[in-house]
Amino acid sequence: MKYETQKVALPFFMVAMALFALQIVFGLLAATVYIAPNFMAELMPFNIMRVSHTNLLIVWLLIGFMGATYYLMPEETEREIHSPGLAYLQLAIFAFAGAAALVGYQFGIHEGREFLEQPFWIKVLITISYLMFLFNTSMTLLKGRKTAINLVLMLGLSLAAVFWLFAFYNPSNLAVDKLYWWWVVHLWVEGVWELIMASLLGYLLIKMSGVDREVIEKWLYVIVGLSLFSGLLGTGHHYYWIGAPSYWQPIGSIFSTLEVIPFFAMVVFAFYMFWKGSRNHPNKAAMLWSLGCPTIAFFGAGVWGFMHTLSFINYYTHGTQVTAAHGHLAFYGAYVMLILAIVTYALPQLRRTQPYNQVMNMWGFWIMTAAMCFMTFTLTFAGVVQTHLQRVLGMNYMEVQSQLDLFYVMRLGAGVAVAVAAGLLLYSFFGPAREQVPATSKPLTAAE
Amino acid sequence: MTEGLTKAAARNIFYGGSLFFFLLFAALTAHSHWYMVNESTDSEGLSESVELGKHVWEENMCINCHSIMGEGAYFAPELANVWERYGGHENPEGARMALTAWMKAQPTGAPGRRQMPQFNLSDEELNALIDFLKWTDSINDQEWPPHPAG
Repeated sequence: MKYETQKVALPFFMVAMALFALQIVFGLLAATVYIAPNFMAELMPFNIMRVSHTNLLIVWLLIGFMGATYYLMPEETEREIHSPGLAYLQLAIFAFAGAAALVGYQFGIHEGREFLEQPFWIKVLITISYLMFLFNTSMTLLKGRKTAINLVLMLGLSLAAVFWLFAFYNPSNLAVDKLYWWWVVHLWVEGVWELIMASLLGYLLIKMSGVDREVIEKWLYVIVGLSLFSGLLGTGHHYYWIGAPSYWQPIGSIFSTLEVIPFFAMVVFAFYMFWKGSRNHPNKAAMLWSLGCPTIAFFGAGVWGFMHTLSFINYYTHGTQVTAAHGHLAFYGAYVMLILAIVTYALPQLRRTQPYNQVMNMWGFWIMTAAMCFMTFTLTFAGVVQTHLQRVLGMNYMEVQSQLDLFYVMRLGAGVAVAVAAGLLLYSFFGPAREQVPATSKPLTAAE
Repeated sequence: MTEGLTKAAARNIFYGGSLFFFLLFAALTAHSHWYMVNESTDSEGLSESVELGKHVWEENMCINCHSIMGEGAYFAPELANVWERYGGHENPEGARMALTAWMKAQPTGAPGRRQMPQFNLSDEELNALIDFLKWTDSINDQEWPPHPAG
């Protein structure tokens, strides 16, 4: 850690990890209801568990993005953060807004559009905090060195704010509502968030592989170009069945198929750079996450997305457990693993120790990744059975669901394994530091 | 990457291409908006009651159990075509009565069956919610879902 203000990132990572743990708790509760439907039916209905699970994910990922940005910005711009005080203040506002939303949900205080359930005043607080974050990081960037990494990152973060504004537009025509709802949801996760993902990965690769910045930054532009060229019109795969014109079926099918390419490019990018790189970085756990992230993102977002994206297939699979399977692995691979990679890389430096608890961290990686894959497989099989019974044979929804119990039991089992892995990871991050550097690496000489 | 591509060229392609695709996407979205208002949805039938019904739908966060036009939580049945499933096309009065009775009977408390909470809606709210679901059923959505089962 070369710059004092990089330490601003630490509380962001701590809050993000705490909310990650809570997200898993709500996920376990919801998964339990699937196999024991009367579980907590009066105390906390399923919709409350589900909104808590999804909102916590979004909030902790955003806080993770912020922490990552504060961490890398001084190194990339070669100057200190514009205002550390502002950073702490905007974190406090953001965390308060998230916590207030979560508590409010338990008492039925919410709006009612999926993922945008936050009450109006909380949306306003989130916007204010996020604008403070953009101001703080942009001021740092303006006065410092501009690199492809920090420019693409700031572009992604800023565009996320622009598209977020559609969350405030709720027309009474449901079809029009959905048309613009996707301008937030899709243009975030299959659009501008990919800019954030690629630039953060690029940063990790520069730091850990030692490959020349020019090479990595050229790749970065190619990847984010592929992301937006495919991802913008790829939104069409959400416009098949909501009352939009039929031309979205060919457009959505073609462009969302192309969305697989940038994810594949990121896999090649990461592996090629580590293979080419000369640096033998001692933080092997961070390398593992940096390679795992694009790999699982390719399968979760790319392959599992492609599986049901063609309109004539989606006609049958739309809104079944196939979607749930894809959603879980895509978010895990592309964004959860990304933040965990950054945290694994940055925390030892923020805590001013050598890479530590690496073995436990890597156990966390393998258990969590295997469990998420298993969860995805069970939901995929559930979705295939559901698609056939309900969409092809026309069986009643509830009857079909009663055929899927076995898959839901296995999904809960996978969820428990994810929780165990999360425990290991949190302990390896925040527990007592045990220095574990592989024998092949020499100790760090300077903060890298 | 081929050696011929410079970083500056890659950057310019990224910015130019993204702008091009964004403008194309925005134009198609604008057309889709026009199409929805004028062609695929019943704008004239979008009454105050339908609007209130959408509000009731949101206030009770139905989307985090049910799905509507395939979007939502997949934990409970699809509702964009519930009007059709309850026979609303043939017998609107019967469908309205059946839906009302169903909502009022929740939760069933049946062991081993997913429970829907009792939302204690007023008669006006219940009617509005049904108007909203009936209006949604009338959207021309490329014949989705494939079966009335949803």
